[in-house]
Amino acid sequence: MKSSKTHENQPKRSNYAERNLWAGILFGLGLVGFIDEVVFHQLLHWHHFYDKSTSDIGLVSDGLFHAFSWFATIGSTFLIADLHRRNAFWAKRWIGGILLGGGAFQLYDGIIQHKWMRLHQIRYNVVIRPYDWVWNLIAAGMIIAGIILIVRTRNRVPSRKAAS
Amino acid sequence: MSSHSFHHHGAGMYEGATVWHPWEWILSFFLAGLILLYWTAAAVSNRRHRIWPAHRYVCWIAGLTCIGLSLAGPLARLAPANFPVHMLGHLLLGMLGPLLIAFSAPMTLLLRSINVLFARKISRLLKSKLVHCISHPLVAALLNIGGLWILYNTGLFTAMHSSLILHIAVHFHVFAAGYLFTVSLICVDVVPYRRSFRLRAFILIIAMAGHGILSKYLYAHPPDGVPSEQAKLGGMLMYYGGDAVDLVLVLWLCMQWYRSSRPRPASFHPIPD
Repeated sequence: MKSSKTHENQPKRSNYAERNLWAGILFGLGLVGFIDEVVFHQLLHWHHFYDKSTSDIGLVSDGLFHAFSWFATIGSTFLIADLHRRNAFWAKRWIGGILLGGGAFQLYDGIIQHKWMRLHQIRYNVVIRPYDWVWNLIAAGMIIAGIILIVRTRNRVPSRKAAS
Repeated sequence: MSSHSFHHHGAGMYEGATVWHPWEWILSFFLAGLILLYWTAAAVSNRRHRIWPAHRYVCWIAGLTCIGLSLAGPLARLAPANFPVHMLGHLLLGMLGPLLIAFSAPMTLLLRSINVLFARKISRLLKSKLVHCISHPLVAALLNIGGLWILYNTGLFTAMHSSLILHIAVHFHVFAAGYLFTVSLICVDVVPYRRSFRLRAFILIIAMAGHGILSKYLYAHPPDGVPSEQAKLGGMLMYYGGDAVDLVLVLWLCMQWYRSSRPRPASFHPIPD
């Protein structure tokens, strides 16, 4: 930890590696939920508020995920503020968390909610298959990129000083 | 009721909108009296205590205005015949009103305005088993969201519009449960016992989900006597309006976590470069 390349806050951010990761995962979940709502529901009007084919379990799942992602969006920004206040923010690991959280939510939305629970489709009155493939491949790509970043920012120092 | 009769009913409302019922006057005077009482209590207690913050007056007045709007005047008169208007009233009475009133900290003001003996009695009441139980976020959330599920999915919704007693009871419950739920989460005012952040966050998420699920359910399954188009609009209003008010609750809850988890000087170790 002597070269100028290492970050000043390295020891601190190592202590808060987990919090950086969670701040990212929650922010990613919220971000994808937000994009889903603003872009696909409100701007494009591709998604429907409610679809006749929606199962009861789909309604419950959607409600829980919507509430959780709403909370996560706001909560994660406070986590980021907390990490900055402690000078322990780790951008690379945080971005890894965003990609993992966002990708996981999108994959869940694309496979479980859209296809299995038939909550609503990505778009109506079109051949849906290409949309589903693009949707889920992007999700898978995000997850893989996220995991790579998270693995590359693993703590080399095995110090486990969990401060809350 | 068909949508035709709704329309007719709605049109009739405008003609008589300038004539106020006696109870609407009573309610308005009652709310105005509460504003005056709050103002006086704050002014009097300012002599012996810290100056009462200005934003709390604003919250109190705005909160009581929300209640007034939902119970009297044009909005309240249109509500029985128009489901989206009814839902707007519900948002004002059960969510926004309670939130604003909670931020105006009426219990704190009460306790500092009255004499010590009386204040002790009240704080003993606040510490009682019953208050301890119903101020638990889980119980408050059940009373709040559970009450709404019962209201819209049983005959209660129709019965409410033909019985004055039920009408008053339901509206009182919507406000009281909304207020209880809000104070059990945000802890601005005097509270008997403050629960952990994790528990409050968890309950808030579940309650938000319950509110969102119910609003989508109402969108697809209109309550008795509500036309489909109105149920759709009302459901969406409930969904997005609920999110907007919940935004403030989530922000405040996270802000409390942020403040309480600030790094303490004792755990501060300077890192050598």
